[in-house]
Amino acid sequence: MIWEKEMETAGRDELRTAQLLRLKQVVHTVYESVPYYKEQFDSHGIHPDALTSLDDLAKFPFTTKDALRDNYPFGLFAKPMKDIIRLHASSGTTGKPIVVGYTENDLQTWSGLIARIATMAGVTREDVAQICFSYGLFTGGFGLHYGLEKVGATVVPASVGNTEKQIMLIKDFNVTVLVCTPSYALYMAEVAGDMGVDPRTLPLKTGLFGAEPWTENMRVQIEERLNLVATDNYGLSEIMGPGVAGECRERAGLHINEDHFLVEVIDPNTGEVLPDGSEGELVFTTLTKEGFPVIRYRTKDISVINRERCACGRTTARMRKVSGRTDDMLIIRGVNVFPSQIESVLMEVAEVAPHYLIVVDKKKGYLDDLEVHVELNREKFTGSFRDLEDVEKKISRKLANVLTVSARVKLVEPKSLERTMGKAKRVIDRRNDA
Amino acid sequence: MKVKQISIFLENKSGRLADVTRTLGREDINIRALSIADTTDFGILRLIVNRPEEANRALKEEGFMVSETEVIAVDVPDRPGGLAHVLEVLGEAGINIEYLYAFIGKTSDEALVIFRVENCDGAMHALQAKNIKVLDGNEVYAL
Repeated sequence: MIWEKEMETAGRDELRTAQLLRLKQVVHTVYESVPYYKEQFDSHGIHPDALTSLDDLAKFPFTTKDALRDNYPFGLFAKPMKDIIRLHASSGTTGKPIVVGYTENDLQTWSGLIARIATMAGVTREDVAQICFSYGLFTGGFGLHYGLEKVGATVVPASVGNTEKQIMLIKDFNVTVLVCTPSYALYMAEVAGDMGVDPRTLPLKTGLFGAEPWTENMRVQIEERLNLVATDNYGLSEIMGPGVAGECRERAGLHINEDHFLVEVIDPNTGEVLPDGSEGELVFTTLTKEGFPVIRYRTKDISVINRERCACGRTTARMRKVSGRTDDMLIIRGVNVFPSQIESVLMEVAEVAPHYLIVVDKKKGYLDDLEVHVELNREKFTGSFRDLEDVEKKISRKLANVLTVSARVKLVEPKSLERTMGKAKRVIDRRNDA
Repeated sequence: MKVKQISIFLENKSGRLADVTRTLGREDINIRALSIADTTDFGILRLIVNRPEEANRALKEEGFMVSETEVIAVDVPDRPGGLAHVLEVLGEAGINIEYLYAFIGKTSDEALVIFRVENCDGAMHALQAKNIKVLDGNEVYAL
């Protein structure tokens, strides 16, 4: 089923016409209502009237996370506070968070977009959906909540924590849709096992997973352990929160809600706009946001855009599953390494569990040292020393092939690495510690 | 005839070995023989205990990664050349030894050595054919 068939299956020309109309309006709005944008446009010598085609957007300056931080808390709002009815904020682990505001229309739009991605993932009003995202400043909880209600699903706002109780609710309420981070889904499977509940026998059918990058191999692991269809969805609070894009059952890229978000792919080094099919950094411009419109926001997420019509019937552009962020990228002895590359190697090794930690340090004060801690799979422990050494060697060899730099593998006991309910912390970089 | 050995994976961090022994002590399980093989990152602790099934269960409940393997316990004459003779017999029979370790206590003038070999049955036949005593599991647990 398609939630808003007319928009989601619109012809390319029709869509571009609508996008241009909205884009013209938004560049004018920010120029008139947000001093930051006026200053930026003026200093780049560009006026909103100069935008006469979608391609003209490339002449406008980018907006970065720093600009959002510098204008904390409400500096980039385009509406007075009396029109803002909800605030959300990024987790802001370092310094001030980024605050975003929504008008009543924004919240309507948002829940509609979530309804679209939930529907494309296969959720209907027959479903019972358990939301295991935190309900608070984070956009995940409330964002998914109102969209799933709009679809008509029975929403269980379980929030985070108390995993054993979460599993009890899934069983007792006959929950069919699980909404959480992919790492938490795996953790739930583990806890269910500890409780003596075979996670494959839970009533779950569909997973709506997001808020952190994850690999195809991790998808295979989750589907195997929980016996459900795992779908990815994408969003960031600076743009809207979840609902920017999501996977349909074809799972051949995430459909971007293009009538609300204009996407560009750029070369992260030069800022040059790249043609469809090229890998680069995603840049979004909001087309309908009232409270917090953003022009050319640099997401730091790496992906590829494909505008071919999908087998599901939707015509919206699809972004490849985000495998990494430019700021997750580690530079090890001069080589770019993404945590997702390491994850995909580990997920292929049966002797280890899908729980890992990447530790980067400086050896002898100057040489980058990459160490991967990975939990052993209890079921595959033979008691043989040589078998463990072989596992270590196998992983090292695979990592060296994929990463082109060597990594030390440290096998650790099952369940010894920290588990998180929200976004998983997979990397510790100690190189800058004194 | 075979003896059940328990292998436990241990990360090299302080207190892990103490956790194992505390668990066994609490369950009133006596350790008969032990050996540790280790690298800088991890080790495998191998134990022969008086009640292997219970030890296995208790350790698993405590979250340890445990596996059970079969080994053989051989009476080796406690005199120069005693072990050499046993090894010769196994060598002639083409039996590969993965590892071996000695028992803590001993029976009269014999030393007890635990062998982990690829082919337990083959090893036992070869040893018994040369009148070398291989102890039964129950005999070992009761020592």
